[in-house]
Amino acid sequence: MIERALVIGAGISGMQAALDIANSGYEVLLVEKEPTIGGHMAQLSETFPTLDCSSCILTPRMVEVGQHTNIRRLMLSQVTSVEGEAGNFQVKILRHPRYVIEDKCIACGACAKVCPVKVPSEFERGMAERSAIYMPFPQAVPAIYHLDRDVCEDCGKCAEKCPAQAIDYDMQPETLEIGVGAIIVATGYELYDGEAVQAYGYGSHPDVLNGLEFERLLSASGPTGGDVIRPSDGKVPKELVFIQCAGSRNPEHGMPYCSKVCCMYTAKQAILYKHRVHDGQVYSFYMDVRAGGKGYEEFVTRAMEEDRTLYIRGRVSKVFAQNGKLIVWGADTLTDQKIEIAADMVVVASAIVPSAGARQVAEMLDIEVDQFGFYVPSNEEMTPVESRVPGVFLAGVGLGPRDIPETVAQASGAAAKALALFGAAKAGVQ
Amino acid sequence: MSIPYYPGCTLSTKAKNYDRSGRAVAESLGMPLEELAEWQCCGATFPLVLDDSLALIAPTRILYQAQQAGERADSPKPLATLCAICFHVLRRSQALLERDPEMLERINWFTEQEYKGKVHVAHFLEILRDDLGWEALAEKIARPLTGLQVAPYYGCLLLRPYDEVGLDDPENPIIMHDLVRALGAEPVDFAHNIECCGSYLTVKEPQVSETLSKDIVASARASGAQAIVTACPLCQFNLDYPQRETEAGQTGDEIPILYFTQLMAIALGLPEETWGLEDNYVGLNLEAGEQGA
Amino acid sequence: MRTQLSIDKVRGPFVTNVEEISGQDLLDCNQCGKCSAGCPIVGVMDILPSQVIRMAQLGMEEVLESNTVWICASCLTCVTRCPKGVDLPRLMEALRQISLREGVSKLDLDALPPDLVKAVPQLAIVGGFRKYIK
Repeated sequence: MIERALVIGAGISGMQAALDIANSGYEVLLVEKEPTIGGHMAQLSETFPTLDCSSCILTPRMVEVGQHTNIRRLMLSQVTSVEGEAGNFQVKILRHPRYVIEDKCIACGACAKVCPVKVPSEFERGMAERSAIYMPFPQAVPAIYHLDRDVCEDCGKCAEKCPAQAIDYDMQPETLEIGVGAIIVATGYELYDGEAVQAYGYGSHPDVLNGLEFERLLSASGPTGGDVIRPSDGKVPKELVFIQCAGSRNPEHGMPYCSKVCCMYTAKQAILYKHRVHDGQVYSFYMDVRAGGKGYEEFVTRAMEEDRTLYIRGRVSKVFAQNGKLIVWGADTLTDQKIEIAADMVVVASAIVPSAGARQVAEMLDIEVDQFGFYVPSNEEMTPVESRVPGVFLAGVGLGPRDIPETVAQASGAAAKALALFGAAKAGVQ
Repeated sequence: MSIPYYPGCTLSTKAKNYDRSGRAVAESLGMPLEELAEWQCCGATFPLVLDDSLALIAPTRILYQAQQAGERADSPKPLATLCAICFHVLRRSQALLERDPEMLERINWFTEQEYKGKVHVAHFLEILRDDLGWEALAEKIARPLTGLQVAPYYGCLLLRPYDEVGLDDPENPIIMHDLVRALGAEPVDFAHNIECCGSYLTVKEPQVSETLSKDIVASARASGAQAIVTACPLCQFNLDYPQRETEAGQTGDEIPILYFTQLMAIALGLPEETWGLEDNYVGLNLEAGEQGA
Repeated sequence: MRTQLSIDKVRGPFVTNVEEISGQDLLDCNQCGKCSAGCPIVGVMDILPSQVIRMAQLGMEEVLESNTVWICASCLTCVTRCPKGVDLPRLMEALRQISLREGVSKLDLDALPPDLVKAVPQLAIVGGFRKYIK
């Protein structure tokens, strides 16, 4: 039994699993393809149902992970092969070069200031720009800059300016071969951007945003400092329309499943918008309001009663631009009417889909995925965090849409399974 | 290289200008339309109920007639249509016969004709896009319609249902946009370009069709259109008929509603008698770039 | 007035007839309302397209008395956007056919302005005859 765990993915589920195992005294190899840990939770403004500031509850964990002596972080890395079996997996990990020497960078930002390149920032979901050499966000762990060579113009200015001589254009990819006893897959999610949301103008109209993009607008550390304004002209939207089930519950044109968290985050975003735009009006087109968690029903009721969100039962047929507004054609099945709203901004609650690369990870590990690319546990009811491969455990939204409390709990569950493996070997139990 | 052609009853009578301009355009592009030797009305509606095969008899006979025309030729050719409704009926009938061989057998038994189920029904727009190509068309333009803002109005049956008709994206079609560009004109997008004109409701609740059509025309005008092109004689009628009493420039609200083949005939430099503009309620005045009756 | 529901109503001859003629499983519709949201003619309908299918689901034959099924233009916008792939145009046609086959006629050319009848493309008359008269 190799008493080391591999955790693939360093969002909140990967981080939680890594911490639980590391705190039990075992080594963890935490592999993440982005330059920083934190995942999507770092992009959120506040979380439901508490409206806690997301960064405030996340960053202490990030720091803990970053500083933990038992956790070895491999950023900009991907697992490329896995051989062996539970207790003795031989894994190969490809480490892409950061082009910035981790031990030397003092995160002063002088490089980014002189970089001539401007590209859409992934962290800001395209709502702001970053340079070729950049830090994804101020609380990134590690707090080290990263040079995106794909967009770099090789002007050499950053290396010239760096007071710590931390930039190395000749850094090479490395492959690490290492043995681990257990693997936890925590690769997370992305948001759907296909036909069903394009029909609402997502992707073609600047004032049609998805949930994560709107979240960056709401965020005090976001591109607008927390001001909700239209990307097209900077005006404050007074008539805001949320379209729920955008891409979800749509076997014909999108995903057939329900994405579980959108009813809650839409209510949250409605509440947060009203906190900033007191004289605005929010409309939310819904089919059913799914608020099954603890405190969730009360939370949605708060959006309706305290923040006067008008919930309209009916799906939206079309959204089109006219005279600077977004005309929304929906229905209110409760009063039997076709509804038209001239919105200033539309937010689509896009379906949750697995992260790019999830299928390759599944293939590499020989674990099952469903037709949508979500991992399938060996039994949905009784072993929800175990894959069909002994020693390979699953956590987080990579399994399917779920909220933060469930994700964190399941990450601890997956960690417990890994610890059980180590413990059993120690105790000589089969 | 001629293409078997099904005009349908409306193009042979009330919408002769569509047929005339279409034939002239096809001829000038080297793909003359050869009318089927024998044909009858397609029925104008595709049967939506599952227990009525009588309605399929007429379309199948037409497909059979096309099959016979093709067999006399060197190689199988598509059956070309101009009327969007005939296109819709024939295309969907063909799709139904393909997925239901039992139905095909039953109809063949009834008609005592052996339709083998292989004719490809094409709309002339498709033939332009796929067989000629927009670039090749642009090269033949004698009189580019530079500066003319033309709004393509697609209507319903040309595009829907996508899985059976499959001509173009049913929500964001571009085939007539590309055509307009190839003619040198500027295609205008407008919100109501796939909204229904009212169709057959004109003979039942004419005021409903009129309201829908007025909304479509207003939407096109609000987007800057100087003319609308369409591929369906009923759309053309519904949009144009409310303008029938308007004289040139009278209210400023009238707008030429043309068949795409009429605009093509003008751009290709074909003789004026092929344009058929006298049959439109509001004609196109090219010199002034304004409307004329 | 309570509406009584029972197997005989919700799986009775009216429902099975409608499903057979249209080839649709009525319960595929979850009443999301998207059809009504995009229907171009809903403004002059007495009940919404989504209500038509709801009434059919409940076995309510009085749906045949609405003007909605007759004013539907078969533009196919609803089925193009329905997230469940419910073919509402086929359902509308089935409901029209049930009435037409009982001898109902809904087209009266004599009531129209003669100029219109003279000018209208005959495909509208052929189509109208087939859709509104048996």
